[in-house]
Amino acid sequence: MTTLAELIRQGRPAPDHRPWPRATVDAERWRLAGQRLAEGDWTLLSLWGEAAAAHMALRDPQEGMIAVLSLDCTDRRFPSIGALHAPAIRLERTMNDLFGLAPQGAADERPWLDHGRWGHGHPLGDRSEAAAARPYEFLAAEGEGLHQIPVGPVHAGIIEPGHFRFTANGEAVVRLEQRLGYTHKGIDGLMMGADLERAAKLAGRVSGDSTVAYALAFARAAEAALEIAPPARAVWLRALMAEMERLANHFGDIGAICNDASFSVMQAHCQTLREQVLRAANTGFGHRLMRDRILPGGVAADLGSDGIAAIRALVAEARRQFPTLIKLYDNSASLQDRTVSTGVVKPELARRFGCGGYIGRASGRDFDTRRSLPYAPYDQLAFEVTVLTEGDVNARVWIRIREVEQSLALIEQILDRLPAGELRTALPGAGGEGMAMVEGFRGDILAWLRLGADGKVARCHLRDPSWFQWPLLEAAIEGNIVADFPLCNKSFNCSYSGHDL
Amino acid sequence: MHRILFDNLVKGALTEPAPEPEDAALAELAAALQRSARRKLGRSLSIREIDAGSCNGCELEIHALGNPFYDLERFGLRFVASPRHADVLLVTGPVTRNMQTALERTYRATPDPKWVVAAGDCALDGGMFAGGYACLGGVSAAIPVDLHIRGCPPSPLQLLKGLIALLDMDKVRNR
Ligand code: SF4
Repeated sequence: MTTLAELIRQGRPAPDHRPWPRATVDAERWRLAGQRLAEGDWTLLSLWGEAAAAHMALRDPQEGMIAVLSLDCTDRRFPSIGALHAPAIRLERTMNDLFGLAPQGAADERPWLDHGRWGHGHPLGDRSEAAAARPYEFLAAEGEGLHQIPVGPVHAGIIEPGHFRFTANGEAVVRLEQRLGYTHKGIDGLMMGADLERAAKLAGRVSGDSTVAYALAFARAAEAALEIAPPARAVWLRALMAEMERLANHFGDIGAICNDASFSVMQAHCQTLREQVLRAANTGFGHRLMRDRILPGGVAADLGSDGIAAIRALVAEARRQFPTLIKLYDNSASLQDRTVSTGVVKPELARRFGCGGYIGRASGRDFDTRRSLPYAPYDQLAFEVTVLTEGDVNARVWIRIREVEQSLALIEQILDRLPAGELRTALPGAGGEGMAMVEGFRGDILAWLRLGADGKVARCHLRDPSWFQWPLLEAAIEGNIVADFPLCNKSFNCSYSGHDL
Repeated sequence: MHRILFDNLVKGALTEPAPEPEDAALAELAAALQRSARRKLGRSLSIREIDAGSCNGCELEIHALGNPFYDLERFGLRFVASPRHADVLLVTGPVTRNMQTALERTYRATPDPKWVVAAGDCALDGGMFAGGYACLGGVSAAIPVDLHIRGCPPSPLQLLKGLIALLDMDKVRNR
């Protein structure tokens, strides 16, 4: 059987692609990779387009190898991977929307991000005339007693916009179909031609709750492309920010999940903890969400003694309060009644979709970028990755609880060992291709970047973990009652903005 | 469970009264907001939040207004689920073309008199996302705006200040 390494060797290598290899292959080998994905041997990390090429990032877990396969599409067509491997479908629909690259043999030819409102089709390829706006055809679900419940794009709470189409039989959900793309801001297009500074800011605004993780992924991809290394102090400060971000989001979400089960006392306590994290971040880094603090080459601001004191006080406070909250969660039967065995994601499905983050780890997928593809300083830090197999709302809450504990321990380790020194390395104005993966609070974020010889962005692709999580929500809700949807949805907390880009 | 509830009773409210500079500012705001809200409205104000393509950063800080430190509801300000219950639309994001219709329809569904507050740099002029094919570039490109609150994202304190400014406006358009 052909290995990923062999496929790469058989192709035409891209000389400046780092740290993992990239090679252009023929259509037959492209299809072969699709088969290996379908057989479950490899994991799809992402799929994206350019004006006349398609790219696919793959991971072979047995070999421990990552590589990018490219295919020239001068005729703007490529063999569909989605026809073989469902996780690719939405990514392919997006490639077609943005670049006019048509997946041959695709089962689903509906547009995805393009709602017919941009004034023209294929904004990043050969712009076509705007197609007459057609009504979006939802998948059919037929049978006696079935009825549809349309929800959104404007939801009842303070949340992002998207559309959910439920088909229900009484209270039981028979099918959920998502329609996303409402928050499409055209970030891929805005990136093209941007200098690194502007591009880093754009990356930090892909998904507000993961602004640190995105800025980090982008910076690492840029540094890989330019073959530079940021100073040690910057590397450790970045990890500190990333763990603070994880903490803030987990606190917020644990509270919000309980609140959706009408257990608001948890919400009040968790929100208080979240606010304390943001205030410590503000003291330490000058911004509550730590936005624009990570740049290619290093970090934008140093952490002073005030900041260190504030973060230490935060950790002490969280260590004091959090255990009581866990007990409260664990001992409240009325709460457990809502979360246990609700919204189950089967391990097999999580594996097939390469689903990252707490959703994957609650469904048996033992993958955490910080440990599976370790990057500094995590290779020098002690932490555990918890994995459960139940795959229900309860399991996702418990994974997050464990991650809070680990993040607190990581923050202490980082503060204890924070090296002194420079904050930023100068950037050479050169070209190159780089790729990076980092663990955001929601899961693995992939950044791929090509810099032109002028040092500006020729193409940047950022893949949110939600791409492989949203489809699983459709599966998780099946057979549950409509009233449990908010609980399932909140326990996933997929990103709209990160996905829609 | 009872332990925690009991502890909370004994511990008292977290809602901020005084010492540090930031806390003092908050207490002052609380007083100012209460005064003007009473004067202008003599009742509560209902806010409907609409994400018109934000990165979600603005939503995170709007959410924070409800935490025990800021406790928005003590000022008579509250978030409601339907535009039909709202006096104020609080809109974020650069208004993506894909959200334009939904935003306009939500506006039309809100009864008069109504105010529109655009929160965040994106909502002002599209922010970092201005100039692309996918965004209108600011809320006022789609619906009339009464007040902008800057910031990326605006902090909860900035949001509170903005809401006070709204209540203090002398000329309130009556539509
Ligand atoms: S203003 Fe900033 S935080 Fe708010 S939506 Fe825009 S980019 Fe996000």
